[in-house]
Amino acid sequence: MQRSSIVFWLGAAIFLVAMLLMTQFIRNEYPFFAGYVILQYVVLSVAWTILGGYAGYVNFGTNAFFGVGVYTAVLLAQAFSAPLSIQILVAAVMGALLGLGVGLLTLRMRGIFFSIATIAVAIVIETAVTNWRYVGGAAGIQLQRPPVTEPFDSYVKMLFFVQAVLVVVAIVVARFIQNSRMGRGLHALRDDELAAECTGVPTLRLKLMACVISGALMSAGGAPAAMYLQFANPDSAFNLNYSVSVLAMSLIGGTANWIGPVLGAVLLASTQQFLTVTISSEVNVLVLGVMLVLFVVAAPKGIVGLVSRFAGKGKHA
Amino acid sequence: MTGSAPEAPLLRIDTLTKTFGGFVALDHINVEIRKGERFGLIGPNGSGKTTLVNCISGALRPNKGAVTFAGENITPLPANQRSHRGIARSFQIPRPFRSMTVLENLMVALDFATHGHLFETASHRRDAAMSILTRIGLAPKAQSATTSLTQVELRKMELARAMATGPKLLISDEAMAGLSTSEVDEVLDLLLSLGGEDIAIIMIEHIMQAVMRFSERVMCLDAGKVIAIGPPSEVMANPRVQEAYLGT
Amino acid sequence: MFSIELLRDAVVLGVLLGCFYAAVSVGLSISFGLLDVPQVAHPAFLVLASYAVYWLNDSYEIDPLLAGLIISPVFFVLGMITYRIYHVTFEKRGSDAGVRGIAFFFGVAFIVEVLIILQFGVDQQSVSASYIGKAWSFGDLRIPVRQLVAFGVALVLTGGLAAYLSKTFMGRAIRAVAQDEEGLRLMGANPVRIKQVAFGIATAVLGLAGALLIIVAPVDPTLDRVYIGRTFCVVVMAGLGSISGTLLASIILGVAESIVLTMFGASWAPAISFTLLLAVLAVRPQGLLGR
Repeated sequence: MQRSSIVFWLGAAIFLVAMLLMTQFIRNEYPFFAGYVILQYVVLSVAWTILGGYAGYVNFGTNAFFGVGVYTAVLLAQAFSAPLSIQILVAAVMGALLGLGVGLLTLRMRGIFFSIATIAVAIVIETAVTNWRYVGGAAGIQLQRPPVTEPFDSYVKMLFFVQAVLVVVAIVVARFIQNSRMGRGLHALRDDELAAECTGVPTLRLKLMACVISGALMSAGGAPAAMYLQFANPDSAFNLNYSVSVLAMSLIGGTANWIGPVLGAVLLASTQQFLTVTISSEVNVLVLGVMLVLFVVAAPKGIVGLVSRFAGKGKHA
Repeated sequence: MTGSAPEAPLLRIDTLTKTFGGFVALDHINVEIRKGERFGLIGPNGSGKTTLVNCISGALRPNKGAVTFAGENITPLPANQRSHRGIARSFQIPRPFRSMTVLENLMVALDFATHGHLFETASHRRDAAMSILTRIGLAPKAQSATTSLTQVELRKMELARAMATGPKLLISDEAMAGLSTSEVDEVLDLLLSLGGEDIAIIMIEHIMQAVMRFSERVMCLDAGKVIAIGPPSEVMANPRVQEAYLGT
Repeated sequence: MFSIELLRDAVVLGVLLGCFYAAVSVGLSISFGLLDVPQVAHPAFLVLASYAVYWLNDSYEIDPLLAGLIISPVFFVLGMITYRIYHVTFEKRGSDAGVRGIAFFFGVAFIVEVLIILQFGVDQQSVSASYIGKAWSFGDLRIPVRQLVAFGVALVLTGGLAAYLSKTFMGRAIRAVAQDEEGLRLMGANPVRIKQVAFGIATAVLGLAGALLIIVAPVDPTLDRVYIGRTFCVVVMAGLGSISGTLLASIILGVAESIVLTMFGASWAPAISFTLLLAVLAVRPQGLLGR
């Protein structure tokens, strides 16, 4: 194995062990509530970048995939009392199917139509769920947490660790794609889709694959939220803020490399936690929007780009 | 080459028609191109040359007619599959992959030239790419960004990238446009060296000396129709061809 | 119970609604349809305009339509500035500009929405005028006067814009730059300046359209979201760049919404335009009267 790979896997293992140890030795629940949200945004942002960053197709409908993840979990919990792992797996499948559907519909067209279609899908699904009484309709539904399993002593701590595992899964997948032939093909089609197509890159197939994988990961990242909040309603599960936040985190972090969305999500999600608690949630979104516009205009390659410009480092991880 | 054995043509275009709204860009075009042939395509601006190239390479779908390549009807195929079957093209305005180096540009072609596992990591294709660059004369620029290339280097890189797909038909779309006389000769020599028994080349150009030197046959388009086709000297002497050029 | 009268009422109201949608979408027809700018912030600017109208109406008792006219020049300038920023930052650059351009407008839309919330709060606001609150009877059909006002103004607005684009020099230059920018440049005209003016006009129209929006119904800051669906649905259905198509597509949308509203109730309303948009994208992406 290459040295960078060894470093990566070692880092991933250390990360997971550290997260596990945290759950065993920190008594206070608050770091896990906040940490869960941050980890969740890392998963969503990394997943988003697989299509948005690598291929250049901007998904505005992150909230749709997140909401589908939440409500798949709700459905499975209500109807079958399914365990969390099954909820996450099935949510991933639903996210993949949604990604396939949206992709088949719009990836043959220009990027802007894909983006608008993702908004459309989000609203249509949200409206449908709002009118679906079995999962609570507009009012929402309360959820009962099952008893927590060893070695965790609280459900939130377990969810925190589950998200940590999902973070590793998402990064492993993104990194694998990035360094693979598929990643190089996506990179080429992002640079110039017509030239890529005429050079033999199967652009439609690659875009569809990226869309499916991205969707699966986003829905998987959303599934545990049902148990985290012990409540789900369409307004919060399909909240447009998820779309803006993830878009901002990915673009601000930098899109060519998986490190970008990780950085962006950690930085911005932490800032969000701070702002929402101290100031207000509106200012939170305002700051995010302003930072998004600033970075998009002035620092197109994001934080990763700024760092490599100043440090003269390469792009490989 | 006027041979007596009628070998099946490499590329056959049947009654190809392409319209954009009310505008007829290609009007029932019929032409055949033989294996290894050096074929010139001329015509005034707007006569449909690039549209024809787009229909052959798969960037556009015709409204009517068919494109047959090596005996197979490729009209329904997307461009990347036509590339896999051996059709390569350069673009009138070069379209490099801007965030990649020259070498990486060629690597894309080599990575996808054959069907294989989509998740393979990088390999010895680097050597193949370097040998193409050496042949073209761009080896010293392998690690350079495409934005640092001169115009003629960009054109050569386009052709190199097209060659990296291992084509049986290479279409060069005005690769010499805007170049100096010596640069035109560079590109012309390059195209002459690239061709051979295995690779047919369609050259679209306005520079008549180059077309005359290069082509075995020339076709002239005007307003979407074929107005002349035959040996270069014959076509150039054709009064309709002269009128088409002088008339614009 | 479903009856012919109910259907007829729904269709009539749908046509009125549709014309209103045309006024709201025609600016996007120019900025996205003709100029190819991914103007996702168009509905946000629309809502901004309606709040400006609200403020003028609430603070100075200015008639909403007059207020709409007053703010139009301001929005013209806003449009020119927005296009300038977009052009300098994204249109000139090469790869990646598409993604960032879309993200830029998405960010702007969000900023506008949040600023409105911070300034005016999340509750609905409405305007008062002599024609709001009354209704006229046509046989056994009662139509609120404000719908008729919106219908009339919308028709004038859309017709005026269509006439401008086909009869005036600048209007024809705008249509020319949409078709062949290079050709225009070769003729000595400055396409960037023309596009800037066009974008300014597309945004200025929102001044009056915003007034119509708040006349027809109360507004709230999140209204821009459902209007992304409505405006893009109209523009895509119409076929990019077709102004006459915009009117037809708007009426189709208005009637569809009206019928679904009558038959299934309001909770399905937000999804109609988006569903229609997805259907059009799937089946006939070039629209009804494409460019």
